[in-house]
Amino acid sequence: MNDKMKRKVDLEKVINKYKAEKGGIISVLQEINREYGYLSEDALKLVAKKLDVPLIQVYSIATFYTAFSLKPRGRHLINVCLGTACFVKGGNRILEKLERELGIKAGETTKELRYSLDTVHCIGCCSLAPVIRIDEDAYGRLKQEKVPEILKKHK
Amino acid sequence: MKIKNLKDLEELKIKGLESLYPKRTKINVGLGTCGIATGARAVFDSIADEIEKQGIDALVGKTGCLGFCQREPLVDVWQPGKSRIIYCQMDPEKARDLVTGLAQGKTRKEWALCRMEEEEFIIENTKKKYSIKEKDGKDIPLYREIPFYRKQKKIALRNCGFMNPENIEEYIARGGYFSLARVLSRLKEEEVIEEIKNSGLRGRGGAGFPTGLKWKFCRDARGEPKYIICNADEGDPGAYMDRSILEGDPHSVLEGMVIGAYAIGSHEGYIYVRNEYPLAAQSVERAIRQAEEYGLLGENIFNSGFNFRIRISQGAGAFVCGEETALLASIEGKIGEPRPRPPFPAERGLWDKPTNINNVKTWANVPVIIARGADWYSKMGTAKSKGTMVFSLVGKINNTGLVEVPMGIKLREMIYDIGEGIPEGKKFKAVQTGGPSGGCIPSELADLEVDYEKLTQAGSMMGSGGMVVMDEDTCMVNVAKYFLNFTKDESCGKCTPCREGIKRMLEILDDISKGKAKETDLELLETLARVVKDASLCALGGTAPNPVLTTLRYFRNEYEAHIKDKKCPAHICPDLIHYSIDKEKCTGCGLCLKECPQTAISGEKKKPHSIDKSKCIKCGVCFEVCNFDAVEID
Repeated sequence: MNDKMKRKVDLEKVINKYKAEKGGIISVLQEINREYGYLSEDALKLVAKKLDVPLIQVYSIATFYTAFSLKPRGRHLINVCLGTACFVKGGNRILEKLERELGIKAGETTKELRYSLDTVHCIGCCSLAPVIRIDEDAYGRLKQEKVPEILKKHK
Repeated sequence: MKIKNLKDLEELKIKGLESLYPKRTKINVGLGTCGIATGARAVFDSIADEIEKQGIDALVGKTGCLGFCQREPLVDVWQPGKSRIIYCQMDPEKARDLVTGLAQGKTRKEWALCRMEEEEFIIENTKKKYSIKEKDGKDIPLYREIPFYRKQKKIALRNCGFMNPENIEEYIARGGYFSLARVLSRLKEEEVIEEIKNSGLRGRGGAGFPTGLKWKFCRDARGEPKYIICNADEGDPGAYMDRSILEGDPHSVLEGMVIGAYAIGSHEGYIYVRNEYPLAAQSVERAIRQAEEYGLLGENIFNSGFNFRIRISQGAGAFVCGEETALLASIEGKIGEPRPRPPFPAERGLWDKPTNINNVKTWANVPVIIARGADWYSKMGTAKSKGTMVFSLVGKINNTGLVEVPMGIKLREMIYDIGEGIPEGKKFKAVQTGGPSGGCIPSELADLEVDYEKLTQAGSMMGSGGMVVMDEDTCMVNVAKYFLNFTKDESCGKCTPCREGIKRMLEILDDISKGKAKETDLELLETLARVVKDASLCALGGTAPNPVLTTLRYFRNEYEAHIKDKKCPAHICPDLIHYSIDKEKCTGCGLCLKECPQTAISGEKKKPHSIDKSKCIKCGVCFEVCNFDAVEID
């Protein structure tokens, strides 16, 4: 079985897992997005077919919620918190620094697919503002000049 | 094992107490998201490691967040016969030293935050006094006496930080599930609703609708099945108490939900957890599994014949889903667009069936109200806002963290007593409550007694309890712009006033912050704000103008300074400020030159530097790194 086929089998497994659940379509998309890092056109089509819902509906869900991506994402996901506390303490300065360091804007992915840069409205670490999260690790009380060394930890 | 009666519960309570207060040393590490973000996992590992290496007879445990997030990682040490000591700002090295010291009978007073000689068991209305033989650490202040905790009254947060959220027996030991036992064995459905109604409990998610009344509407509504939902889509930026409760005390929410389900006559429930809170979702999932194993959820709860199941529905990142009708759409597998009310969810909710939705904190309050009674609960608070409220005190304030206080506390007490003032001796300017739906309350109103009504009168709202403190360096135009940017991003786009109106308001604010606006623009901004407020479909749009309206009401002169004088008094708006270097103060250390991304700074080593204003992008890094206050903004 080649890689592509294997993926398809896995996708069907995911779909079947939630098929019987009322309103399970969001769970299906969440799991696919988690596994593959994004929702490919093929995946959306397969979900539509297997769950017997119009493709436009799957697409509208996939584009409404910010957790879903329609493009491949980088190996490391950087989330800059722009909640109120982080904002008051200069979170946007940290974002600008990251944008300069990585040469991309928020919402984009670096060419070599290493980093994706996103913003998030509050991860609930307000007492440590300003905060960023790279994959599972949160870094609090940040200053612009600390950004390069933190990036080095996630290569 | 399945718990069938009170006797079974009492037995587990004894086991739980043994686990909470073992006959040997126990070191607990706070492992909430905020603790982990400051390195609590490494602290936990180093403690476990050191205990094993040295062969010390001690346990290491995990707890949720004690609320004083500023001082994380927090480590609390229980030793039989001694005061309990809470250590703060620990790191792996200190943690190893601490363990070594404990083995030699030493207390590290210099790292201690406070000590405890007793604990309040709010459900049982008892104080558990530790039997202290050795008077130790007398000069460490008591938990009850330090400013951050002195005025607090913990009801919803009663267990957070005091028990292991993964251990249901510890929850039972602190009085957990006894209220449920009482409800199922002795109270009629209507009696439960009556008790909640009389307590005066109002929805803690922000709108403040009386909880008992909401339950009654749903109970009386026609249609089967009925659904119970816990709204844990905590989206207000600057508020994170729901996350902390779900992580640190998930069973309190489950118990509240089962009690509500019994009163309303529901057998199926959902907890809708925000996508950004992975740890909270795991914590709830584990708690549900445990409660099912023990017969406290699922079929035939407490052998009473009552059935209730809870499922988790995880959000996918949409602020609007905190609005109840959008939340329902999301659980149904649709995009989270709100719909007009009425019909209210109590009549037509999830899959068009009667549905009752309450916030995490509301549910967590329920078991305590049942245990202590409506009279006791309603004695706390103000005339119309009863009980306590959990606030997240964050922003420009010395003590940040989660604070639970009786309703009616003055803003001044929050900021100067609990929060111990503004850092770096700066001036207190305003406090923002209620998230993007709320507003900014100026320092002149510091004597405002915080409750639902007073906050609304001041133009803000309670919201889910976020309290972001702002100092003189915060630009209020920029704050208004920030919130509108937020609501612009999060508007679902269904209704025009919200979708288009917010964008137009934002354009005006943008012009103001760039010094391009005319004086008449302020009137236009106010008119637009009123239209968006009146004509939007749901509360997101209906409250979105509040941050603009309150800043216009209290800080109009700041808007005018941007428009007339082309100045940003707080030195924030990039288009209206310039950076320069004070030649007297500059030592020529070269730090700013090295960090400047634009090579806008030049100068020889050890000689004063200067900034080329044409190259400067106003990123502010020179200002941040300068150790001599030589970089100035005008």
